[in-house]
Amino acid sequence: MKKKTWSVLLLTICMAVIVSACGGGGKNNQGSKGNDTASGGEKVTVKLMHLWPEGVSAGQNKIVNQIIKEYQDENPNVTIKQEVLDNEQYKNKLKVLSASNELPDVGVTWAAGFMQPYVEGNLFTPLDDLLNGELKDKFVAGTTEAYAVNGKTYALPIEFNIAPIYYNKDLFEKNGLSVPTTYDEFKNIVKTLSDKGIAPIALGNKDRWTGSLWYMYLADRIAGQKTLADTISGSASFTDPGLVQAANEIQWLVDNNAFIKGFNGQSNEEAKSEFLNEKAAMYLMGSWDIPNFTTNEEIPKEFRDKVGFFKFPTVEGGKGDINSWVGGPGVGLFVAENSKVKDEAKKFVEYFVTKWGEQSVTDAGVIPATKVDAENMDLPQLYKDLFAEMNQASSVTLFADVQMPAKAAETHLNLIQALFGKAITPEEFAAEHDKALAK
Amino acid sequence: MDKVLSNKKMIALYVLPSLLLILTIVYIPIILTGFYGLHEWNGIGSMKFIGLENYANLMKDGKFWDSAWHSLLLALFSGLSLIIYLMISMVLAARIKGANAFRKIYLIPMLLSSVAIAQLWLRIYNPSNGILNSVLQSIGVDNPPAWLAEPSLVLFALFIPILWQYAGFYILIYYAALKNIPTTLDEAARIDGATSWQIAWKIKLPLIMETVKVTIVLAVVGSLKYFDLIFVMTDGGPNGSSEVMASYMYHTAFRAYDFGYGSATAFSLLVICLIVTWIIRWLTRSKDTIQYS
Repeated sequence: MKKKTWSVLLLTICMAVIVSACGGGGKNNQGSKGNDTASGGEKVTVKLMHLWPEGVSAGQNKIVNQIIKEYQDENPNVTIKQEVLDNEQYKNKLKVLSASNELPDVGVTWAAGFMQPYVEGNLFTPLDDLLNGELKDKFVAGTTEAYAVNGKTYALPIEFNIAPIYYNKDLFEKNGLSVPTTYDEFKNIVKTLSDKGIAPIALGNKDRWTGSLWYMYLADRIAGQKTLADTISGSASFTDPGLVQAANEIQWLVDNNAFIKGFNGQSNEEAKSEFLNEKAAMYLMGSWDIPNFTTNEEIPKEFRDKVGFFKFPTVEGGKGDINSWVGGPGVGLFVAENSKVKDEAKKFVEYFVTKWGEQSVTDAGVIPATKVDAENMDLPQLYKDLFAEMNQASSVTLFADVQMPAKAAETHLNLIQALFGKAITPEEFAAEHDKALAK
Repeated sequence: MDKVLSNKKMIALYVLPSLLLILTIVYIPIILTGFYGLHEWNGIGSMKFIGLENYANLMKDGKFWDSAWHSLLLALFSGLSLIIYLMISMVLAARIKGANAFRKIYLIPMLLSSVAIAQLWLRIYNPSNGILNSVLQSIGVDNPPAWLAEPSLVLFALFIPILWQYAGFYILIYYAALKNIPTTLDEAARIDGATSWQIAWKIKLPLIMETVKVTIVLAVVGSLKYFDLIFVMTDGGPNGSSEVMASYMYHTAFRAYDFGYGSATAFSLLVICLIVTWIIRWLTRSKDTIQYS
């Protein structure tokens, strides 16, 4: 059966190559015509490939079309040609197009580890000139860095997420608890809740990156943001005492029943439902889940009103700062290195990123990577609060599994599950990480 | 019609499309997989030829051997469960009351897709509100295990739905084979004073032996390359304790972007399946086939 999957994949790839080769030829012709766009007036076609099909991501699809329309109105000589695929197809096609060096002029990419092979293959063009132009200082701290390789930025982020701890205000109140600011207070909350038979934290660690968030926060608060960032990028060792202590704290939480039962076998979705059913009091998750606690009509309003969030508490004696977050950009836009209309493509990216900022907040419920003044918009309070936090973030450390190269990320995630499952000691956890990142 | 069928060109014409199809979508990819296995390749950039290094690493890879052991355990369980299926079909074929209804009950899991079965059993195993733990708690087990989160239990917790999924398939095959045995043999044996046990063991089993051999190969090879239910239910976790060969291949190729190593794993899986098939054929070989007479 595996063989069949392989062969179907191969066939699809072959076909995609053929199809894209034809399409690419056409584009090149148009491209060479519009090469000297600086003089203006010449017709130019910029090919855009993205992953917001109308059916799946209606909000984003609407915004993209709106931006394209406005851009074409302002620049009558430019035509933006869209190609829309859904997520998995998109990833596959991007790979295939890369193999034949036929990438679209503008496309969507993920950060760090995902885009690294593309950058190394010399397929994306650096966009630093855009960053120093009109877009200077428009981005939230820590977002563009995720798209930088060797000091050059290869894509501009359009989405952004940070991960707060959501909590059930009702459960907190009933048990006489208040929002913790120090880790000791947090530990007390865990103990109080678990003594009363309420699961303190909903965690679906089958997905592994969910547990990684907890480890990252503890590492950040104890060893400090710099140490954490350095170790993830491979320039410092995981055997740093602060990082080992963070791993120790994870096992303390496990020993004290901080997480729902069987968390290592439950998916994030299953865990979330424990939080939604008010069986667990806290849930550490990215800001992409905000609509579930504000506007999503499928979730009862009484519950949505009970949800608040707090920042991961600081650890006494730790080097971390409470305004430092774990998070990261979702997707960003790249311009292909061998695009025939590079200048036009860059201009369009600049325009797109700027316009996307406000519209994505109001129309799609997505949090943009650019700074937006949400105060004067008609938005749910939870949204506004998180925005405010985001704009005063002191640092944002990108999700470890996104930042590491794919192979090391896979090892990291496996080690996280082992750490939570107490299959390894914190010391082994550190040593294995160093081994994986040294490769 | 005879003329057409004896014309060699016509035969070639009819065979060619399917031959081409099977070549392009089965055999060529297999060869390509073996070829990729000789390279270091992340699936995007250029391939680097490294000879048999991937295979050498695979031989030293503890995780691969763990997953191979899990696959082997599954094969062993599937093989043993064939005995139960055979017994069930003997009973069903013996014209008991409600045999039809029972047959349908056994067949139903076969009609469900693996993902649906996975979702169903995920709910059964759910540690806090699943049926299984609710029942256990109601009969006085204070702290029932979280089945899919315990490294020591997860593999067996997965085997149950897998065996349940395929029970109907094997029961159906055995049932059909048993129904083919002429009832006269049964009646004659009874007149000679044979017990039901003797009839089953000495008459029916030898007569369907060829079918049994086929099902052993099917069950064992199917188990060795098993993937879907495990992928959906645990994704090989926690901590690799339910990783099987096929899921390990998927994880190395598609998660860690190590297509060379993943291909080497896939190719080894194919070789292991071929060897095991050959061993089973060799172990169960027999010169003379027993036939109805």
